Amino acid sequence: MSSMVPDQYQSASEIAELVTTGEISAIEILERHLNHIEQYEKDVHAFNLVTIDEARAAAEETDKLIAKGERVGPLAGVPVAVKDNLCTEGIPTTASSKILEGWKPPYDATVVKKLKEAGATIVGKTNLDEFAMGSSTENSAFGPTRNPHDLSCVPGGSSGGSAAAVAAGFAPIAIGSDTGGSIRQPASLCGVVGVKPTYGGVSRYGLLAFASSLDQVGPFATSVKDAAIVHEVIGGYDPLDSTSIKQTSNSFLEVLDKDISTLKVGVISELMGGIDGITREVIEQANKAVSVLSAAGAQVEEISLPAALYCLSAYYLIAPAEASSNLSRYDGVRYGLRIDGANLNEMNVNTRTEGFGDEVKRRIMLGTYALSAGYYDAYYGKALKVRRLLAENFAALYKEYDVLLSPTSPCTAFKLGEKVSDPMTMYVNDVCTIPSNLVGHPAISIPFGHGQDGMPIGVQILAPPMKEPVMYQVAHTLEMAAQ
Amino acid sequence: MNQEIFKDNWELIVGLEVHTELATKTKLFCGCLNQFGNEPNTNVCPVCLGLPGSLPVVNEIAVYFAMQLGRALHCSVNRSVFARKNYFYPDMPKDYQISQYDLPTNLEGYLELPSGETIGIERAHIEEDTGKTTHIGTSGRISGADYSLVDYNRAGVPLIEIVSKPEIRTIEQAKAYVSELRGIILALEISDAKMEEGSIRVDANVSVREIGENDLRTRCEIKNVNSLKSLGRAIEYEANRHIGLYKNGESPRQETRHWDENAGRTRSGRSKEDAEDYRYFPEPDLVPLNPSEETITKIDQEMPELPSKRREKLANLTGVKPSDVALLVERNHDVFALDVIRRGGLPDQVVKHLVNNLSAGLGELTAESLAQLVQMENKSEITSTQAKKMLGELVQRGGTPAELATELGFEAIETNEIENLVDQLINQHSDEWERFCSGDTKVQGFFVGQVMKATSGQADGKLINQILNERSTSK
Amino acid sequence: MMSEPISPEEVAHVAYLARLRLTEDELSRFTEQLGAILNHAEDVEALELDDTEPMSHPLPIENTMREDTPSPMLKPSDFLPEAPAVEDGRFLVPKILGEEP
Repeated sequence: MSSMVPDQYQSASEIAELVTTGEISAIEILERHLNHIEQYEKDVHAFNLVTIDEARAAAEETDKLIAKGERVGPLAGVPVAVKDNLCTEGIPTTASSKILEGWKPPYDATVVKKLKEAGATIVGKTNLDEFAMGSSTENSAFGPTRNPHDLSCVPGGSSGGSAAAVAAGFAPIAIGSDTGGSIRQPASLCGVVGVKPTYGGVSRYGLLAFASSLDQVGPFATSVKDAAIVHEVIGGYDPLDSTSIKQTSNSFLEVLDKDISTLKVGVISELMGGIDGITREVIEQANKAVSVLSAAGAQVEEISLPAALYCLSAYYLIAPAEASSNLSRYDGVRYGLRIDGANLNEMNVNTRTEGFGDEVKRRIMLGTYALSAGYYDAYYGKALKVRRLLAENFAALYKEYDVLLSPTSPCTAFKLGEKVSDPMTMYVNDVCTIPSNLVGHPAISIPFGHGQDGMPIGVQILAPPMKEPVMYQVAHTLEMAAQ
Repeated sequence: MNQEIFKDNWELIVGLEVHTELATKTKLFCGCLNQFGNEPNTNVCPVCLGLPGSLPVVNEIAVYFAMQLGRALHCSVNRSVFARKNYFYPDMPKDYQISQYDLPTNLEGYLELPSGETIGIERAHIEEDTGKTTHIGTSGRISGADYSLVDYNRAGVPLIEIVSKPEIRTIEQAKAYVSELRGIILALEISDAKMEEGSIRVDANVSVREIGENDLRTRCEIKNVNSLKSLGRAIEYEANRHIGLYKNGESPRQETRHWDENAGRTRSGRSKEDAEDYRYFPEPDLVPLNPSEETITKIDQEMPELPSKRREKLANLTGVKPSDVALLVERNHDVFALDVIRRGGLPDQVVKHLVNNLSAGLGELTAESLAQLVQMENKSEITSTQAKKMLGELVQRGGTPAELATELGFEAIETNEIENLVDQLINQHSDEWERFCSGDTKVQGFFVGQVMKATSGQADGKLINQILNERSTSK
Repeated sequence: MMSEPISPEEVAHVAYLARLRLTEDELSRFTEQLGAILNHAEDVEALELDDTEPMSHPLPIENTMREDTPSPMLKPSDFLPEAPAVEDGRFLVPKILGEEP
């Protein structure tokens, strides 16, 4: 096994402190990371683009502010890798699709803007499954990303580039997007922390939409604390996003170190063997996590989330339905690829046929079908009702439990090419993560042990909407035990 | 034009879909200026260009305007959900239009025509406008163009679509419906409502059936109608086309057709393959609108007087003919008219001036001035010719009629002065006077003309005639 | 036994609606794959959920609106260079068949 994972990570909070106090310059931190990228990126392929010049300019700017004694943000000098479906002004943003190759947005996503304001140094745009549709980052028009723990394995997806970048030490922080598990599943497969915030907790403005009612932007980090810090930076109300939540949550860090003895934790039985396809070793690790929490004084009980059985089906109707509409705009008229044709319709068809990969086409067609006259009620309409059912299940559980626990991914990282030919096999990878997206709740994946193949396993903590503090608190307890 | 629809027992069935652009400062879902005439693609941002990653946020004033119109049309204002209408067209930057579908803002109302008839309103919903496509080629039309150019300045401009029930039965009703709706929109000041400029656009759903039938037959939606006149022509053409088809044992196909003004006919728009399947679904980027009771009460309380109510007021007070009442309300001069009348202007004279002499606008003219002017005219202090001239001046530069009359030398000439003039003329022209007294009315004009000449036209014609008649009877 | 939830004709139709062209091979492959996914969704189809309200959105929030005040706009030079074809400051598209929808 060829591992590209460094022996030890330097945390974002540590970097920010060193840079802010002037002990080390932002540019020095950056160069160290750029060297590391230079050395290993050709094997991992975490990035679609490393923005060396812009990163150097940003780091120098941070150093100048510090030299002048001006206030810098909580991520001063911290290298951050950004998923290539988040708009960066003047820097190509492609969603790993041929249809957008080279497209330079005229604006920054709100999240990107906030990172810059916090002093972060954006080092590049990370690879993903085309338009975030996939669980392995193999559906990228620009080639797959490899798992830094074993280059023959996938990093998971769709934010595989971001997860791999953090795992490989290319950047202590990366930003991803999570529609059905696209942050948590690759975090699990790459052995890093990944967070899907409450829907509406982080602005989606500037995130290239996959499924608008499910998409949420969140952080990858090497520790729960780092993830919480970045989450605080990128979160909060954004008037440019109508689905952004106005109420502000408490600080995520305040209760991080508090003991969990007063908490009640529910373990989702359906995801601990109730549903087929979740491997024994993954369940074993989740059970070890349960023991840790019990030992720490939490009251842990097995609970049932009956609607979990139907989540995969509901998700694979709702997400493609929204995607089919979201991806209509890639028509060859205003930006991106155009393949000419004798008339407008031909040009549209040529462009989209050439510009989209198979998985994207499959989901566009599936979604178009689910919404089309005569099938709407049976498919899309029914899926929305499952979603309500699930929300009611969760609401009932959260009357009694503070957080829920389950595995993150049904298995450890699989080999490249192993699952590409059968979409349904690939879709099952999301079975543990999808419920949180359907109801808009926050969830975190933290590394917790390894499989027999030596590859990382993640455990997932789910929490009610806007209850991130308790989610981080429980995750932190597990993290301490895992180390 | 063929008049078949008025015979043979065929009944015309029309439902109208009226789109009106709202006069907000900014667009429906972004802060770009809602403004025309600028250079192409200059009033745009990531949102209205449909750039990847952009998100809509709804304009609260557009929503308020929509609710105002809904209440003016006696609709219920409801919790509403935006929906996406999916179809590919380059003037739509996202290739879907954000509209409202099964949960629109306004439902179930009616509109009262000046005739007193009412037409049911099915819904009035909020949606975004498209960009503008210009077809380049010798024809200038879409067919035969070599290519097309798209400008997104109009994309995302707020629209309300008002959908009537298929309760319109005549072309006159269709036209009256549109003008009345326009009047309401103008009274609410939510749009400039110019049909020729496209800020009001009318699509007509036309079908026919034999009198006595209860079910509706297949309808066609006629687009591209740019004036009330072409609305009438298009409906008539389409109705006759349907009747012709039925008479031949055929049936029309449900479709969208385009009115060709020059050819005077409608044309089929699309191939059969394009059978409409818009795949509406709730817009996930927006949240539902749920106006509070207080908001709706406030809208009702602040509702300006609508044309029907204003017509009623004016007609009750003045007894002038209905067409003049309608005209003044349409011109927005009714409130002014009532004000003038309240200040002592005689109703029929006030309306006469407003209808005939003030069609271009009121300018600097105040209600008080018009009231005084009408009174001066009534007391024969000025002639009607002078009054008309003075109105022109008052519109232009304001001021009081009394001062203006002095300035213009329109001083009233004393009655005895005119009597003296008349007596002098009688002496000088005894032959003519004899003829006048023996009933030859032709010479009356001669005497009036002479007095006018002597007074530089400032004498009151009525007064001269009165004196002439007095003198002849007392002779 | 699995029924066939979607026919090649239906796949061809949705491809048309989505402005995608499929080769014969792709048509049969996608028909099979979409069929498998829809078959999996049969468990959802079979659920008795008549009394359940559909939930199109995870958030219960309503009435998020903005004030009718202008915000900065883009300059044509910000986005026209990204367009595949432009003439006179406008986006150029090939000729359009049929009338406007």
